[in-house]
Amino acid sequence: MSGLKELKNRIGSVKSTQKITKAKQMVAAAKLRRAQEAAEASKPYATRMANVVANLTASMGEGAGGPKLLAGSGDDKVHLLVVMTAERGLCGGFNANTAKAARLKIEELQAEGKTVKIITVGKKGREVLKAQYADLFIEHVDLSDAKDKFTPYAIGLGQDLTKRFEDGEFDVATLVFSEFKNVLTQTPVAKQLIPAEAPEDAETIDLGGAIYAYEPSEAEILESLLPRYLNTQILSAMLENAAGEQAASMTAMDNATRNAGELIDSLTLQYNRARQAQITKELIEIISGAEAL
Amino acid sequence: MADKLHFSLVSPARELFSGEVDHVIAPGSDGEFGVLVNHAPFMTTLKNGVVRVEENGETTMRLFVRGGFADVTPAGLTILAEEAVNLDSVSAESVQKEYDEAHRALLAEGKDGPQVHALEEQVAYLESLKAALTN
Repeated sequence: MSGLKELKNRIGSVKSTQKITKAKQMVAAAKLRRAQEAAEASKPYATRMANVVANLTASMGEGAGGPKLLAGSGDDKVHLLVVMTAERGLCGGFNANTAKAARLKIEELQAEGKTVKIITVGKKGREVLKAQYADLFIEHVDLSDAKDKFTPYAIGLGQDLTKRFEDGEFDVATLVFSEFKNVLTQTPVAKQLIPAEAPEDAETIDLGGAIYAYEPSEAEILESLLPRYLNTQILSAMLENAAGEQAASMTAMDNATRNAGELIDSLTLQYNRARQAQITKELIEIISGAEAL
Repeated sequence: MADKLHFSLVSPARELFSGEVDHVIAPGSDGEFGVLVNHAPFMTTLKNGVVRVEENGETTMRLFVRGGFADVTPAGLTILAEEAVNLDSVSAESVQKEYDEAHRALLAEGKDGPQVHALEEQVAYLESLKAALTN
């Protein structure tokens, strides 16, 4: 039977753990609201942008060529995976899930005999994938100083990708990140960035037979639109990821706080029983001592 | 009352305006253009400048956009701006302050710093924003 002192120490330590998890939960809840707002505020731009791209590509027609970012390099040997995770832990299976999705994707591509390169965004995913795929890493984007301002990072990464693509470093770029469905569900998804794909759910507008006029030319518009489309996709992925991280963190910490509470209850019960048993024992000793006199 | 034009202006940060208006005048990269209801499908890139919204022949709102796209479809006009501000919500002083800061940063960066291009763009943007505010 564990001693009273030991039990007391354990209760104390679980209590301080609970305080930490509770604090982290509240911080996550507050941050979640902000992150969610930011993610939602950026949605109209992203959807409209997607619609515009969908319209333009539809009017360009299939196989009409167009800029390389849209048409691709004409090959698909070298795949680049951009794996987006969080900078911090303490958020349940959030990072592990994304890393797992990335691993599956890598294995699938390697089984097809493709060359895979990896760019990691966020420290945690890098740590998980390092063990297996360290030699595939070509770049890492550190978001630990980003706070809530992801725009420069998204633009930076977008420009980097465009440059690497133009230099022929890869043929296809895929982004793996956590889609923020709601507070309880975040699903890792893979989204093709280059060659650009117009989303399937984008509404194409019926022009009623009219012909689009472009100013300057269609090709020039696409030329300047596609890099922005790329940046927008990266930015919204970053925002969704940030919201997802906070949501996962909140849920994980809520569970941890509840578990700690249960543990404290059962330990306290054990402690009280032990204390009572000891008192009874002491009383019996005193009484039997007195009787012996 | 005749039909109205559905106009929305969004920037990556948020949706600045969405609603029905009479007339929108926007700074296309090949020249300023106006859009009324039932305009033919049209798409253009934008340069830095002021988007004016008119109701009954009077300007009701002035929004400053930093580059972007305008897309006119039968459903209405959508402007995707890289950055946009409502001119009624900014003060000349705050813009002047930002401009001074950007200008100082540009001077500090020297001629061949890595940020020169971005800073020059920022200064040009703030300069035209300042000009838009004063008239």
